[in-house]
Amino acid sequence: MDNILEIRGLQKTYKGGVKALDQVDLSIRRGEIFALLGPNGAGKTTLIGAVCGLVRPTGGAIEVFGEDISRHWKAARRRIGLVPQELSFDMFDKVIRQVRYSRGMFGCPPDEARIEEVLKSLSLWDKRNVQIRELSGGMKRRVMIAKALSHDPELLFLDEPTAGVDVELRRDMWRQIDALRAKGVTIILTTHYIEEAEEMADRVGVINKGRILLVDDKDAMMAKLGRTEAHFTLATPLDRVPGSLSAYPLHLEQEGTCLVYRGGDGTGKGKREVADLAQDLVRNNIQFTGLDTRESTLEDIFVDLVEDKQAEAAV
Amino acid sequence: MTGRLNLRGALAIFRNELMRMFRTIFGSILSPVITTSLYLVVFGAAIGDRMELPDGASYGAFIIPGLLMLTLLSESTSNASFGIYMPKFTGAIYELLSAPVGVVETLIGFVGAAAVKSLILAGIILGTAALIIDYEIAHPFYAFGFILLVAASFSLLGFIIGLWADGFEKLQVVPLLILMPLTFLGGTFYPISVLPEPWQTVAMINPVVYLVNGLRWTFLGASDFPIMVSLGFTLAFLMICVAAIAWIFKTGWRLRE
Repeated sequence: MDNILEIRGLQKTYKGGVKALDQVDLSIRRGEIFALLGPNGAGKTTLIGAVCGLVRPTGGAIEVFGEDISRHWKAARRRIGLVPQELSFDMFDKVIRQVRYSRGMFGCPPDEARIEEVLKSLSLWDKRNVQIRELSGGMKRRVMIAKALSHDPELLFLDEPTAGVDVELRRDMWRQIDALRAKGVTIILTTHYIEEAEEMADRVGVINKGRILLVDDKDAMMAKLGRTEAHFTLATPLDRVPGSLSAYPLHLEQEGTCLVYRGGDGTGKGKREVADLAQDLVRNNIQFTGLDTRESTLEDIFVDLVEDKQAEAAV
Repeated sequence: MTGRLNLRGALAIFRNELMRMFRTIFGSILSPVITTSLYLVVFGAAIGDRMELPDGASYGAFIIPGLLMLTLLSESTSNASFGIYMPKFTGAIYELLSAPVGVVETLIGFVGAAAVKSLILAGIILGTAALIIDYEIAHPFYAFGFILLVAASFSLLGFIIGLWADGFEKLQVVPLLILMPLTFLGGTFYPISVLPEPWQTVAMINPVVYLVNGLRWTFLGASDFPIMVSLGFTLAFLMICVAAIAWIFKTGWRLRE
C-alpha cells in the first residue's frame, strides 16, 4: 500500500518557545482511516494545521501525493479537505451558498448535481436555503463536512468531527465516514472519543507533547498492549497466591479476599487463561463467590502509554 | 494547478463578498448614499449659492468630487477591512488558508470586490447628486480611471487594516480617526488656495489633498495641483500597499501561526 502523506522531522515552535511539534515522523497510507489520539495540547491540531496550510512549520518536510507540499502547495491543497474543530463559517449565509463557495474556492467548476449529492448524503438538502445560524449544532457540523467534501478531496482531515454532537448523530457521522472510506478517501481524524477510534480506525497514532509515541494497526496495538483483568471474590481469604497457580499473572488484593488476574494480549489469550484459571481454582478447592472480568480498551492503552511516557520523562 | 492562477477560487471569493454586500444593503449602500446626499443638500443646494469660489465655479459642483472622495476612501477601506476581518473573527479564515488560493486570488477576491462595491457606490452617489445639483464631468474617462485607482488603493489599505486589526474597534480607527479628518481638511469643502499661510503649506503635507484635487480636476478641469501629481501619488500609494500585502503573504503575518 503506497503512502499518501509522508511527514519527516516536522517541528513547530510557537513564538514564546512553546514546542507544539517535536521531530514528528508519520506516514499515512492511501485509503486508510487513521486516528490520531492525544490529550489536549498534545499537538494534534497543530499537526493537521501544518499539513493544511494553517500553521507554518519551523522544521521538517511534508510530502503529499508524492510531492513536496512547500513547493506544490496549490496542487496539494486542491486534493485535501479539512473539517476543523470549531464551527467556523458565515452564520448569516445559506447552506447551499456556503457549500458552493467552498467548491469554487478550491478551483472546481460549478456542479449543482454534485452539491445536491453532498447535501443529500449529509441530510442537509431540505435545509439548503436555511441560514446556517438557524441550524442546530449537529447540523452546523454537517455543513462543515459538506463544505470540506464539496471539492471531492482525496485526503480528508477531521479534527474532532463529533465533538459536542449527540450519540445518534455521532453514529450517523461514523456511517458517513465509512462511506467516504468506501469511495477511497483517506481520512485522518483526531478524537477524544476512544470509542470512535476503536470503531473506525485502521491504524492509530498516539501523540503527546508534540511527539508521536506510537503508531500501529489498531488490532495489532490491541494485541500488543491489550490486557484482560479478572477479579475473583474468594469465599475464604488467602494469605498468598498458591504455588500451583504460579503460572498465572496473579496477585491478591483487599486483604486476600480478591484474587486478581491481569494478563493476556488483547487477542483473546486473556479470556482463555481466565477460564483455565477458574477450573484450576476449583481443582485446588479454592472457592470463589464472584467473578468480574474486563478487557482493556484503546482508552486504557492510550492512558497507560501517555502516563508511562510522562513517568519516563520525569525519571 | 501548481503555481497556476486559481481563477475560479478568486471568483468564488469575489462573488461571496459581493453577495455579502447585497445582504447588508442598508449599511453598505443606503447609509453612505444618504449621508453624502445630506451633505450635498446642506452644503451644496442650501448654502452653496452664498459661497464664492475664486474662479466663480458653482460651489455645489465644487464639493461633489470632495464628498465623493470622502465616501470612496472610507467605504473602500471599511469594506475591504471588514471583508477579511470577519473570516478572521469567525474562524472561517481556515478555509482561505487551506484552499489553493494565494496572494493574487485573495486580492482579486477581497480587494476586487471591495473596489467594485466602491465603484457601484460612486455611480449611485453621482446619480443622486445629479438630482440635487447641476454639474458636469469635464473628463469622464479620467474620472472613472481615477475613481477606480483610488478605490483599488484604499481597498488594499483596508485589506491590510483588516489583517492587522484584532478587534472591531481597530477597524474603525483608520477610517474615522485618520481618513475622515484628513479628507475634511484636504480641500473637500474649500480650495487649498484660499487658506492663509502657514496653513496652506501645512495642507500640502496632507496626502488626501492630492486625491481630492485629482478627482476635482477630472470633474471641473481645474484644481490646485497638476493631475499628474495626484496620479503619481495615488499610484505610488497603490504600489506600497501591494508590496505590503505581498510581504504579509510571504511571512504569514497575522495570517498563519
